[in-house]
Amino acid sequence: MDFFFQLPLWIQGIAKGLAVIAVLFPLAAACSMAERKISAWIQGRPGPNRTVVPWLAWIPIIVPFLQRLGVFQLAADGGKFVFKEDPVPGHVNKLYFIAAPVLAMIPALTTITIVPFGAYLNDVGQLVPIVLANVDIGLLAVLAISSLGVYSVILAGWASNSKYPFLGSIRASAQLISYELSMTLSVLPVFLWVNAPGGQGTLSLFDVVQVQSGQGFHFDSLWLGLWMPVSAFIFLVALFAETNRQPFDMAESEADLVGGFHTEYGAFKWSLFFVAEYAHMIVGSGVFTLLFLGGWNPLPGLPLTTVVHGLQHWISFAGHPLFMGVLGILIFLGKVGFFIFFFMWVRWTLPRFRYDQIMKIGWQKLLPLSIGNLIFYALLIALIQK
Amino acid sequence: MAVIPVSRKPLSFAERTYIPQILGGLKITFKRMLKPAETMEYPEQRPEIPKHYRGVPTLVKDPNGREKCVSCQLCEFVCPPKAIRITPGEIPLDAPTGHVEKAPQAFDIDMLRCIYCGLCQEVCPEEAIFLQNQYSMTGYTRAEMVNHKDRLYELGGTLPDQHHKWDKKKAAEEHGNAH
Ligand code: SF4
Ligand code: SF4
Repeated sequence: MDFFFQLPLWIQGIAKGLAVIAVLFPLAAACSMAERKISAWIQGRPGPNRTVVPWLAWIPIIVPFLQRLGVFQLAADGGKFVFKEDPVPGHVNKLYFIAAPVLAMIPALTTITIVPFGAYLNDVGQLVPIVLANVDIGLLAVLAISSLGVYSVILAGWASNSKYPFLGSIRASAQLISYELSMTLSVLPVFLWVNAPGGQGTLSLFDVVQVQSGQGFHFDSLWLGLWMPVSAFIFLVALFAETNRQPFDMAESEADLVGGFHTEYGAFKWSLFFVAEYAHMIVGSGVFTLLFLGGWNPLPGLPLTTVVHGLQHWISFAGHPLFMGVLGILIFLGKVGFFIFFFMWVRWTLPRFRYDQIMKIGWQKLLPLSIGNLIFYALLIALIQK
Repeated sequence: MAVIPVSRKPLSFAERTYIPQILGGLKITFKRMLKPAETMEYPEQRPEIPKHYRGVPTLVKDPNGREKCVSCQLCEFVCPPKAIRITPGEIPLDAPTGHVEKAPQAFDIDMLRCIYCGLCQEVCPEEAIFLQNQYSMTGYTRAEMVNHKDRLYELGGTLPDQHHKWDKKKAAEEHGNAH
């Protein structure tokens, strides 16, 4: 640990960047596998279960199990994307055509640095978040950077110079912008609550989790999802829209737009869009967990620190910061994993909304609801906190 | 024509939020997820072929091992896509089945042409050609997709036959009352 912090800053930066890429790409690939498996189970099929690495096939039990789970398919798919011919159609604007998938990756890879995914107690007994960049503007940075993702969609649709990608990107950008409003309004009550009068103002996601880490069932230490359910609901719906997931996947909508904004893309460039979509899902689920589901705390009213203190009586190494860090990350990933499952579960259940329905829901239902929600909680919090 | 006005009920508030419907759908798909898969994993698990299935046309032998086809070429004539090619041949008179006189020298069915209509089976006066339960027919070249005589007999095997028409005919001839 100390060795790492003594390295020059730019080496630390590069190492962190590589770590993000090395974690996020396989994670996105695993998500795509999970997507295929879950869709298969929902539709009563076994799903991908054939691929196996020939020189590993002799190992009993483990390899057949992984094979049935389709784990090797994932590697085969990834390899295919790298080695496949990567066509650039003749009628496109080459610069922007190539820039779009790169641009899609930037917000996806950047936002994850701001999301804390665990915490540990240091030597002085302070809770330290495990996060790549612990910035004070936290959520604001996530919202700001992730909304840059819309540029890649617009650029891809425009540069493709063909009608379906263009329509897809127009729809997607209108949708992303409309739902961003409700999303931002729905998290305002959370930060009204976190920033109690007299304290230091903060937008940090770590502080939001701290507020939810109180012990016992006190009113002001509950998970925010439990006492701001409407906020959580609006945020979740907007999250579906922002990540372009069914039932809001206007950007793709294969039924009427072939493949939506990435119709003209293939091979590696297409897979970048794909990874970006899953990365958005992962980050979105993470932010939802942090805001409304207590982050790395296992149960409402039972914070991680209490659990670790309790475990110290039983297991000797439980007090070690590493143990607490890993436990916190596992709990957090468990919750995020559930939400990713939920995203997929919804996708394979619901048909897509029509475009006019999406606009109606966004502007005529969700937006008034979130404004009403904000006013209600603003008054309530003013009464409680005086 | 009678006109039946159907009144369309306005959606209730709960329905307009979509939420009950979405939750209902999620419940259904979750239940579905816990059930075993409906599909079969083909090469290992094979479907049970129903009786009277019309698969690849094959030639059959009678219980005594005699090839039943007498190369009358009716099937060749009836076959709509002209998938069958027969070269008629003779059976030497001193052979045990010499009195049948004819058998195909070559019998080719081009499975790239065959449409599995079953007319050959329908028309055959000797009940020698049958569409049986062989459903998987693959090959790497066009030539591989043509079933020759030996392959046709291999696929067809022997079917039970109660008539023994040619045996009866021979017996009748030997007793001097041909019909
Ligand atoms: S099944 Fe029909 S098409 Fe096929 S060989 Fe017989 S008559 Fe010809
Ligand atoms: S299979 Fe039947 S119809 Fe065809 S040539 Fe032989 S005897 Fe005649």
